[in-house]
Amino acid sequence: MPDQLIFAMEVFLNGLMAGVLYALVALGFVLIYKASGIFNYAQGVMALFAAMTLVGVMNGQVPFAHLINATFGTHVYTFGWSVPALVAIIVTMGVMVLLAWAVQRFVMRHLVGQEPIILFMATIGLAYFLEGFADLMWGSEIKTLNVGLPQGINLWIDESTFNIFGYGFFIDNLDIVATVIAALLVAALVAFSQYTKQGRAMRAVADDHQAALSVGISLNFIWIMVWSVAGFVALVAGIMWGTKSGVQFSLSLIALKALPVLMLGGFTSIPGAIVGGLIIGVGEKLFEFSIGPLVGGATENWFAYVLALIFLVFRPQGLFGEKIIERV
Amino acid sequence: MLDSAEGYVTEDGRKIGGVVMEMKNITLRFGGVVAIKDISFDIREGEIRAIIGPNGAGKSSMLNVISGFYVPQEGEVWFHGSKRPPMRPYEVAQQGIARTFQNIALFEGMSVLDNVMTGRLGYMKTNIFQQALWKGKAEAEEVENREAVEKIIDFLEIQHIRKTPVSRLPYGLKKRVELARALAAEPRLLLLDEPMAGMNVEEKEDMSRFILDVNDEFGTTIALIEHDMGVVMDLSDRVVVMDYGRKIGDGTPHEVRNNQEVIDAYLGVSHD
Repeated sequence: MPDQLIFAMEVFLNGLMAGVLYALVALGFVLIYKASGIFNYAQGVMALFAAMTLVGVMNGQVPFAHLINATFGTHVYTFGWSVPALVAIIVTMGVMVLLAWAVQRFVMRHLVGQEPIILFMATIGLAYFLEGFADLMWGSEIKTLNVGLPQGINLWIDESTFNIFGYGFFIDNLDIVATVIAALLVAALVAFSQYTKQGRAMRAVADDHQAALSVGISLNFIWIMVWSVAGFVALVAGIMWGTKSGVQFSLSLIALKALPVLMLGGFTSIPGAIVGGLIIGVGEKLFEFSIGPLVGGATENWFAYVLALIFLVFRPQGLFGEKIIERV
Repeated sequence: MLDSAEGYVTEDGRKIGGVVMEMKNITLRFGGVVAIKDISFDIREGEIRAIIGPNGAGKSSMLNVISGFYVPQEGEVWFHGSKRPPMRPYEVAQQGIARTFQNIALFEGMSVLDNVMTGRLGYMKTNIFQQALWKGKAEAEEVENREAVEKIIDFLEIQHIRKTPVSRLPYGLKKRVELARALAAEPRLLLLDEPMAGMNVEEKEDMSRFILDVNDEFGTTIALIEHDMGVVMDLSDRVVVMDYGRKIGDGTPHEVRNNQEVIDAYLGVSHD
């Protein structure tokens, strides 16, 4: 087998893994969009906030330490304990639910029935608020996140591919774990939205508010639930990205990468988010591998957006989105 | 006809029970506009009660007060013998008051079956994990709910479109699906907001038949708003007549038809 083809295979596999991480972020967008018609610009910042909270809780950091010290002239920074990862994840999830409640109570509830663009603007405000809030709460320095996920080269794949092709593939263990977790997450979300009472209620609310009320569904409850689920997805994405590249403010920018994923997959489709993520992941890696050297590299920065642009021209609803039919 | 606190017997011999819902001196205002002015009436177990009136008489507002979409400024709503505190629409629905809407509120993206199933949400008691994993009582419960739903689908003769997305259905069928969803909740009181609006004669006849059959078969108490006088007179046991937010008549179709004020305000104007 020619070397180029073998390299391409490795690139392809790595692209799939990267795509899974894009898909994780895109999933959070799809969930809120499906249930409330809101495009939640703050999804990326929620992932950042979740990751920062997780690190803070694990390290026993005192929240708002800078604020407290500046106000009272004290010097407290940590509680002096460290919390096991699993407990910290549960605590963080609690914080995300609280955040969901606060978003609903103080922002969204007052905007019921407004134009989508106004709700979108509100989430932009929310994104900036949350970014500053996370900074104030946990400090702005880059932190490492280690919840005990395996990292580094997968030796088994390395060895077995070496035996077959005479060249060992480099696949990161973390990417494999992320793939498995993403698959579980999607399965759980599908089971939730298709088979549970709350999931059905969620779909009902997404479709028609009045009708949902008339069958006894509390809109308020469903929206808090949806934001909580989106918070949970953000937490998972935050853990994966945070472990991979450290918890820092650039984490919130991964939300931008989710945009082309959504345009490919469609804003309303969970499978679409997955497939879109994989196409973008594989596409940008293969493009960089094959065309990159000819144009001086760095194609990963723009490939996804150009692909999304092409999709917008020819299939604006995405691969799996609901058909846009206009009746005259 | 005999009318007492315990109920009465209709002209066609059905026995009507005690008071299910009582509206006492309801007044509803939107800013300076008085939509409903000091109206009282009751709805009894097992009867078909109609609210009629010309356009803008406040009929829909009254239905929205009953179903909790509007909260009246004055007056009391009594349901099954107890005064109802101000409630949100979903709480009213949970109490067993189902409704349909004048301009149809269905879940357009879902199939007919899924739409009707949402009417059963209140009957799903197993927890979220059992449901997601399809374990324990969840399966039995789902089967039970499906059976109830299938029975209603059969009853309303919409088997052939069970799996069709609602958005593809014609208007008349959508109205029927909406009725099916309301019925799936096994309501103690069913509210129909202009069930015949925008239908052709044949569809109207079908819908009238279904309303009568529902009342007959399930003993459902029904309150409906309707424009079409002929339909109302045939369908209902008792009629409230509204005009400009006031109640101008209340009684059997026969009594209402001969009420001079009603004739002046409504019948005299819209019919020869």
